[in-house]
Amino acid sequence: MSAVSLKGVTKQFSAGVVALDGIDLDVEPGEFVSLIGPSGYGKSTLLRIIGDLTKPTAGTAQVNGKPADRARRDHEYGIVFQDAVLYDWRTVAKNISLPLELLRWSRGRRNARVKDMLELVELTGFEGHHPWQLSGGMQQRVSIARALSFSPTLLLMDEPFGALDEMTRERLNSELLRIWQETSSTVVFVTHSIPEAVFLSTRVVVMSARPGRVAGVVDVDLPQPRTSTTREEPRFFELVTQVREQLAAAGAPLGETQEPALVEEPL
Amino acid sequence: MPRAAARVLLLPIGLAALWGFWEGYRWLGIREHWTWPFTVNDTNMPHLSTIWHAFGQPLQPDGPPLRHYLWHYSLFTGKEALAGFALGAMIGFLLAVVLAHSTVLRRGFLPYIVVSQTVPILAIAPMVVVGLGTKGVKPWVAVAVIAAYLTFFPVAINTLRGLHSPDPRSLELMRSYAAGRWKILWRLRVPASLPYVFSALKISATASVIGAIIGETPASLQGGLGYAIVNFNQYYSTQPANLWATIVACALLGITFFLAVVLLERLVLKRAPENIA
Repeated sequence: MSAVSLKGVTKQFSAGVVALDGIDLDVEPGEFVSLIGPSGYGKSTLLRIIGDLTKPTAGTAQVNGKPADRARRDHEYGIVFQDAVLYDWRTVAKNISLPLELLRWSRGRRNARVKDMLELVELTGFEGHHPWQLSGGMQQRVSIARALSFSPTLLLMDEPFGALDEMTRERLNSELLRIWQETSSTVVFVTHSIPEAVFLSTRVVVMSARPGRVAGVVDVDLPQPRTSTTREEPRFFELVTQVREQLAAAGAPLGETQEPALVEEPL
Repeated sequence: MPRAAARVLLLPIGLAALWGFWEGYRWLGIREHWTWPFTVNDTNMPHLSTIWHAFGQPLQPDGPPLRHYLWHYSLFTGKEALAGFALGAMIGFLLAVVLAHSTVLRRGFLPYIVVSQTVPILAIAPMVVVGLGTKGVKPWVAVAVIAAYLTFFPVAINTLRGLHSPDPRSLELMRSYAAGRWKILWRLRVPASLPYVFSALKISATASVIGAIIGETPASLQGGLGYAIVNFNQYYSTQPANLWATIVACALLGITFFLAVVLLERLVLKRAPENIA
């Protein structure tokens, strides 16, 4: 059974813009799949469809063999956004335990899990801090800990390190790989950084924009565990070039990408 | 600790500046015979020391000093204002929660809530006191209702805004956890609204005192600051300092209410400094 299974997923916005057009994609358990694309609406929208945060216009999305909405209600996935989206009034520990509270875990069980999670993201000692007292990288680690706190099998990440500086980003990349292996979860990762996608993934899905289609797939055969020296290997550069060429072939101008702000329904 | 020292010094410096302005204006106005915007004389602008002395002067020969009366008036009006504040804040909050969850109700009711605040409180105060009086409600409770009438509005409007303040990502996060309306309300919307609520409570704290004072006057309710104002007004030309002292008492009561809310906010809100409205 696939961790994620998309069949003919199409998303058309009311303005007539076709963001996604007939996406077929299967992600197997334990995979780390990056969605990379130059600009436009596609990548983040696809991630939101997997998470049932928005509905496809046509096609079906399944998570762990269940329809996406069922999977969401069964807490099959954790999500990390580009911003950490921490609740200002909660301490680090309380932010991590938010989903556990919603799942009605007992206090003792919550505390034990929060302690484990703080260790996992190397933030032990910061449990009593409030979000605004942390750096951007630390906030994002809290966000990852929160997403993993209830042990979902699937982790959805929407450009989680896009707002961080390059050095912090590379360090968190390595940490994410370690966490991924320790928790043996499946990750779907949206990014617009080619080196990041290659370094992290077992598979890179290259998307074209307007309409969003799967333009190509690059299998990343770099050995695990990957370290900072991985970034210096010839094979790493070959794969980076391969992804870059596929992106160029998809007809997209390379450069900084910008997702448009999604208009949300009012309450 | 230069900053702490500055804060400690700020209060006496501010009071001294106020005193200097008052006495300076008075001195200039009397010397130059100013008549606009008002004639400056001992009645309209008594010396601040005269007002200060008035607190210690007995109202009747051998009776207790004025401050004794003002203290008890303040307690009485304070009780009305506190009850009104609590009632109004509760109604305002609940109203906002209901309106936040229904666009239809919001569209339908909000205009009437706004209109309610355009009705002169002076006109409805006697109706409320008399109307509730016939139902056996004590007059001070009726005055509290009038204070609540002024209190609920800022709380309702600001809380409504606060409940809608969470950004779309925060709401999506809740949706990803399949949290229902009720859980989103208590775990996200209400905590996010608290800075807004406290902003409103600061406005309402002083408004409830004003409401209580105004509510007392047309109701001819004795024993409060509103009653004292009406009473001392009649002797203004001969004993202006009594009315001025009462005004000072009203201000002190309002400030006490305000500071109580500020203190509560400090205890409750654990926010990034820039997010405290």
